[in-house]
Amino acid sequence: MNEDIKHDLIQSLSKNLRVDLRKNEDLRSIEIETGCVATAEGSARVKFGDTEVIAGVKLAVEKPFPDTPEDAILMVASEMLPLSNPKYEGGPPGVDAIEMARVIDRSFRESRCIETKKLCIQKGEKVWSIAIDIAPLNDDGNLLDVGAFAALLALQNTVFPEYDGTKVLVDKKTTMKLPMVREPITVTVFKIGNAFVVDPTETEQTSFDARMTFAILADDKICSMQKGGDTAIMEEDLDIMLDIAIKTSQELRKKIPR
Amino acid sequence: MSEEQKKVVVPGEILAESMEVLPGFGTYRNEKKIIASRLGLLSQEGKVIKIIPLSGKYLPQRNDIVIGQVFDILISGWRLEINSPYSAMLSMKEASHDFINKGADLTRYYNLEDYVVAKIVNVTSQNLIDVSMRGPGLKKLKGGRIIKINPFKVPRIIGKKGSMVSMIKNATGCKIVVGQNGLVWIQGDPAMEIIAIQTITKIEQESHLNGLTEKIKTYLEQHGLTVVKEESHDEQHDDHSGHEHRQDDQYGEQHDEQKGEEYEEN
Repeated sequence: MNEDIKHDLIQSLSKNLRVDLRKNEDLRSIEIETGCVATAEGSARVKFGDTEVIAGVKLAVEKPFPDTPEDAILMVASEMLPLSNPKYEGGPPGVDAIEMARVIDRSFRESRCIETKKLCIQKGEKVWSIAIDIAPLNDDGNLLDVGAFAALLALQNTVFPEYDGTKVLVDKKTTMKLPMVREPITVTVFKIGNAFVVDPTETEQTSFDARMTFAILADDKICSMQKGGDTAIMEEDLDIMLDIAIKTSQELRKKIPR
Repeated sequence: MSEEQKKVVVPGEILAESMEVLPGFGTYRNEKKIIASRLGLLSQEGKVIKIIPLSGKYLPQRNDIVIGQVFDILISGWRLEINSPYSAMLSMKEASHDFINKGADLTRYYNLEDYVVAKIVNVTSQNLIDVSMRGPGLKKLKGGRIIKINPFKVPRIIGKKGSMVSMIKNATGCKIVVGQNGLVWIQGDPAMEIIAIQTITKIEQESHLNGLTEKIKTYLEQHGLTVVKEESHDEQHDDHSGHEHRQDDQYGEQHDEQKGEEYEEN
């Protein structure tokens, strides 16, 4: 990032002014569409401004891991597609994609939002496996939060296919939903200069100094965190960031279709 | 140009079936037919049928003023990213009026990620682009904001003889440079910068509508700004550097002559 341009951007952000007329702690306009992929068990397409992400859930029956014989398997995968932003290149997932998948995976795993024990068919032999795929269609910043929100909505949208004891009949859907008990909302707060910003656009995001990602539950409990960026975060910064994140998570929670 | 609406054509559409007319920009001939190769507005000038594209990447042309970003420093110059499929070369000879010593630290002149206003001096058939910094108004850009717009809407942003951009400049007090390649540089008071960016985005979105200048004037006035409309250019306080601003109010006319560059200090 060009240092002079970054300096002017910080000047503007410190006056709480953003190009799209938002305040530093405001989100962009949100569009949600669920159940948009017919071949997936659950899916959601989420748009924050120009950032657009599609998430899909596939269910299968697999042998559980030996250390957790009664628990369902959860897998989150994401890939940065060159079609979403020319800065990405094809090939195996890079650092960004792996971080995004792991942070989202952690938010679901640590919040225990899915009752994994209920997804056991036969102890030590057969459990349901949940595979979440996240694909950005357009990257205009803040992919992580949008991806996590899309993944959560896709999970809530998921219905089980029929299982006859030997194989999953993917074209026959039941009405049973995933046993979701909590709703972890992932919010990233970016520190740019002395300003704290949520939901940055691509240009704002390229000049951030530090970022902190929180996964927050309905009772404002934090279930996972992730720090990114090159500069340090002071103790008092962290308090401010947490307050912003909680406020934003409450706002985002209202957007979940009921 | 008449008031009639121009027809929108899509690639593959047969525009004419005659040897009497000639294919122009965005079209090609297949035996007797002239077929569109781009999405855009159909236009005919004399015997030449051409398409004024609605969108697409910037294609470099000689004498265009562009905004570029340094992405590589070579032994004998700099390489610029100019929002086009091809990158541009700024050679040491063209970079400055000063003499640059052999082995000098080139980053002192233009460093990586610096934005510059440059003029395209040559485009070869292989699309090797040479740019120059020697000329009035060509300079390094310090700070401000860079926004990207559709390069085919640039003439609308500039307006007739630079009228649109001067209106925004006068109203907001920002310095604005519009590159033909669709990059726009804006610097001023942060709040005013944002109004300028909003206005430019609005022009880009509504460029096809009639009475755009009036709309933009009202829009700026809604933000509590005083707009001095420059109908005549007798009282020029802008240094237009002697460049001819040929811009017709009808969208896209004189496409090949749309060279309304804008650069000056306010």
